Amino acid sequence: MNPNPSLLAEFETAEQLLNAIVRTRTAGYRRIEAYAPFAVPGLDEALDLLTPRLTHWMLIFGIFGGVLAFLLQAYLAAVDYPLNAGGRPYFSWPPFTVLTFEFTVLGAAVAGFLGMLALNGLPRHYHPIFDAEGFDRASQDRFFLLLDSDDPEFEPDSTRRFLDSLSPVAVTEVGRGSG
Amino acid sequence: MSRKVERQTDPEREPILHPAEDYASISREISDIVLQPTSGAWWLGFCLSGLGVLLFIVAAGYLFSAGVGIWGINTTVVWGFDIINYVWWIGIGNAGTLISAMLYLARQPWRTSINRFAEAMTIFAASIAGLFPLLHLGRPYLFYWLAPYPNVMGVWPQFRSPLVWDMFAIGTYIIVSVLFWYTGLIPDLATLRDRARSHAAQLVYGALALGWRGSAAHWKHYEKAYVILAALAVPLVVSVHSVVGYDFSTALMPGWRSTIFAPYFVVGAMFSGFAMVIVITIALRAAFKLHAFVTLRHLDAMAKILLTASLIMGYSYGMEAFMAWYGTDADEWRQTVATATGPYAPAYWGMLFCNVAIPQLCWSARVRRSIPVLLLVAILVNIGMWLERYVIVVNILSHGFIPSQFRLYFPTIWDWATMLGSFALFLWFFFLFVRFVPMVPMHEVRKLAHEMGERS
Repeated sequence: MNPNPSLLAEFETAEQLLNAIVRTRTAGYRRIEAYAPFAVPGLDEALDLLTPRLTHWMLIFGIFGGVLAFLLQAYLAAVDYPLNAGGRPYFSWPPFTVLTFEFTVLGAAVAGFLGMLALNGLPRHYHPIFDAEGFDRASQDRFFLLLDSDDPEFEPDSTRRFLDSLSPVAVTEVGRGSG
Repeated sequence: MSRKVERQTDPEREPILHPAEDYASISREISDIVLQPTSGAWWLGFCLSGLGVLLFIVAAGYLFSAGVGIWGINTTVVWGFDIINYVWWIGIGNAGTLISAMLYLARQPWRTSINRFAEAMTIFAASIAGLFPLLHLGRPYLFYWLAPYPNVMGVWPQFRSPLVWDMFAIGTYIIVSVLFWYTGLIPDLATLRDRARSHAAQLVYGALALGWRGSAAHWKHYEKAYVILAALAVPLVVSVHSVVGYDFSTALMPGWRSTIFAPYFVVGAMFSGFAMVIVITIALRAAFKLHAFVTLRHLDAMAKILLTASLIMGYSYGMEAFMAWYGTDADEWRQTVATATGPYAPAYWGMLFCNVAIPQLCWSARVRRSIPVLLLVAILVNIGMWLERYVIVVNILSHGFIPSQFRLYFPTIWDWATMLGSFALFLWFFFLFVRFVPMVPMHEVRKLAHEMGERS
């Protein structure tokens, strides 16, 4: 692990951030991260982020919820406590579809919410980047590009000169911190 | 419709975001509402609605000790204000998530400013709605018998009953609505964390923001989760209010046993919910000077949807009467005639006036952009939808199959107290919401500003 602090460049607009990402990647850097106050269209394409598996998990847990609800109802209403309601069959599956649907949605939604948090590594009480000067504006009006010092191309002086050439508002250091 | 056609047909089209707003001003103006010191007017409203909440607690407490005999219900009209209010609140509660999710999937940019409080409305209204069936149970302390749990009696809930479906549908709906709302809230809580100056606020919002950093990966996962939650929420809403419709339509009562009930209830929910969102939008816009974020264009768009829903409602009312006349069931037709001419006729005609006639004013662009008139229309629609539930619940039950059993229903002071208390509870929740939660999603408005042309 490189002991040098990583470098964080601050930009005023999303356009500048996207341009900076393209130039940084052209310059050969790979360990870069971008921060923005909203979901900038085109940001994940610019960074070539992998498509997350979130949808798979939502599907699996949705099916799990639905199957569980259906089997539970079928077992309780037809096997464990058969109740004759107007001479209808004990295994009267059409009424069971309602709860099957509700639990499918519930399973998928809970998996989506927890999966989103897990993929993002949240909740997390501390991250070194929060100590960076001016980073509180990343959630308000500024756009940031982080060059990780673990990048093989990273060289404290030349990397800083490179970032300065992207004409950012400021370039600050992000310590490794404890996290 | 292309932008060019839009401009030609609607030259006075207002922007959905004031052109002077930039990223910094959006963050500042919306988060300052939460972070500034509490105003006197807020305390006044909070305390007044708090008095109403006390009324609700007293009414519910007396009900728990004395039983449902304190209400005006009788052996014929077994459902009274409790179920009317339940259906009315769940209708309003259905709309917020439906509006937010449906407009998100349809990529309607004007949704951005209203979705947060529409969803808050949903959570509060659905929670209040959920209280009413519990209150009307007779033995409310045994409500957990609805849940399937192994018990010494060796019995299980009746899974073929819409009342059991109801509990699971509403429970699922509240959980999914809260997840959807909170997911959209996380980035805004991070903004509050970063803008807060007091240590307590930093700590609380910091904890609630869960460490959100706004990195590209965060946003990617967030957007993925949010769009699928929205796609799940839409059919869920349809299922929840359909189940409310089944509560009635699986019964044998003439006037209830109709296949139109499920879709008719779903549209009714959207209709009353949009009316409530209009009322809340106008109130919040005036109270917090949100004119830059909520423009006349938002009200115009909502009024158009209100009009569309009212046409579908009119069709449903018409179809209900037509099928009763066209069908062969004498009881259905007797029930329809009694509804239109009997003791509850004023409620029926009031419903038609408020839900079908009055919204036709929205054909006029001047009405859609006139805040006082639109407010009046929206309030009348809410009253009309309450009357609709009165007609469906009380009126239908009051003349069933046996003439000797025909009875009228007279609400008691405790019916009224519970109802007014539930209004106050809703307002009280809303006062808490506007004080502690950013009522407009800042990150979505920033994205909107970005899409309308980069500003910084």
